[in-house]
Amino acid sequence: MLKSEGLWFRYGSRLPWVVRDQTFTIMPGDIVGLVAPSGYGKTTLGKLLAGYLTPTQGHVTLDEQPLPSRGYCPVQLVFQNPELSVNPRWHIDHILQEGHPPQQHILDALGIHPGWLSRYPHELSGGELQRVAIARVLNRNTRYLIADEMTAMLDANTQALIWQVVLRFARERQIGIIAISHNASLLKRLCCRDDNTAEPQIMNLSSDGTELRERRLEPIRGRQYGQ
Amino acid sequence: MLTLSDLSVTFTQYDQGLHRKQITVISDLDLTVQAGELVAVVGASGSGKSLLAHALLGILPDNAQLSGTMTFQGEPLTQERCEALRGKAIALIPQSIGYLDPLMSVGRQVQRVGQLSGLSSGAARTLRNRTFARYDLPVYTPQRYPFQLSGGMARRVLVSTAVMTSAQLVIADEPTPGLHPDVVTETLNHLRELAQEGRGVMLITHDIEAALQVADRVAVFYAGTTVEIADAKDFATGNLRHPYTLALWRSLPQNDFVPVPGNQPSPENLPSGCLFCDRCPWVTAECKQARPELRLVHHGWVRCIHAEE
Repeated sequence: MLKSEGLWFRYGSRLPWVVRDQTFTIMPGDIVGLVAPSGYGKTTLGKLLAGYLTPTQGHVTLDEQPLPSRGYCPVQLVFQNPELSVNPRWHIDHILQEGHPPQQHILDALGIHPGWLSRYPHELSGGELQRVAIARVLNRNTRYLIADEMTAMLDANTQALIWQVVLRFARERQIGIIAISHNASLLKRLCCRDDNTAEPQIMNLSSDGTELRERRLEPIRGRQYGQ
Repeated sequence: MLTLSDLSVTFTQYDQGLHRKQITVISDLDLTVQAGELVAVVGASGSGKSLLAHALLGILPDNAQLSGTMTFQGEPLTQERCEALRGKAIALIPQSIGYLDPLMSVGRQVQRVGQLSGLSSGAARTLRNRTFARYDLPVYTPQRYPFQLSGGMARRVLVSTAVMTSAQLVIADEPTPGLHPDVVTETLNHLRELAQEGRGVMLITHDIEAALQVADRVAVFYAGTTVEIADAKDFATGNLRHPYTLALWRSLPQNDFVPVPGNQPSPENLPSGCLFCDRCPWVTAECKQARPELRLVHHGWVRCIHAEE
């Protein structure tokens, strides 16, 4: 399980807190939505959980162990903008081989055409490149996936296609997902999958009034899918 | 006010050596925008939405050829006329704050827009202050630089640039991705107000859900052509005509969240028949013969031979 204990973060010692006292647990196979207005620290929280940033106080643990400081991190972050998340000088093939190469059936399910492999990132459209970025993290070493506005730049059809593949993979391998999005209907759809009786599991980062940049996470109302 | 018919955009590229090839990115596009109307243009990425905006502003690259007719206020829109009208009668609301000059205060930039459209600097400043006040921008906004604005404020500044001119046609290119729902609603309401003042507004977006809140009509693009032009209320009542529009509607998370299999055909090898034929559930042999014409079905335009009367 992915656990955050008393997580505090700020970008500089004099700057206001961006993430304030976040304690929560995400179990394997959970899908958690994360919503908040812009500037409320959603992306920062995602980066802390994936090990891109080191918390100022508190810690993130994966199965009671700290996140590995080198090698492939089992908590993977998918960014909104695929152009910025790949090396522009590498062929698509090279990008896919960098970590753990994805299986062929994942590439097929995402509709990644073999002809794309010899191209450079700028020769693919945003939607095509985002599929490559997602294929890269769908391997057996990924345990948690943080989707930071993963499909915000894409049209509805590509969005549905990508999420269906990701959800199927996550269900097979009990991967936990944190979906950061502004799209309320998308989160509602993702976070109550099998039936609509249970409450969707959505965390709300909210400001607690006094100072605009200080916020806390509201309690998680939770359930798991696929059990 | 704006009428496009049979519009095509073709790029000439060098393939290998001196061998040239033609790529048709927009083909047989038809669209009208009336004064006082907000038309949303939706469709997949790569369906030619942004290219259309570039064509209207006359900023296509040199290797592009335009065919078909564009008329604006009754007169044909040629390259020279585009250049004369852009920024004055046709205004663009750009996608992001990145389109503003990062080294100039937003007040001066917006004022400059007014001056370029023929106002004196004093009159432009007054108009700018009035426009900023109307959009509830705080009094200190004109002195701020673009990076000091929040996403919502930046959006209102970008809308102000279009309002400063007396543009009759306003084109908003993807104004809402990645914004909080409240800011999206606010931005779209500003566009709606522009339409109510009697201007024509073209809203280019892929957020169908948001577009439906404000649009009068919705034009659906697929692989560079208009496959359907429907009233916004047709979406709510399920009165849709083209299989692609239906598929797009069904793939929304609040509906079925099921994608259509396959990919949009690439502009290099478009099918000779209907552009949607290889993904269409209604496909018959007849579909693969010729491109269907745009025809009127239930008060909406559709490019499909199987759409029911």
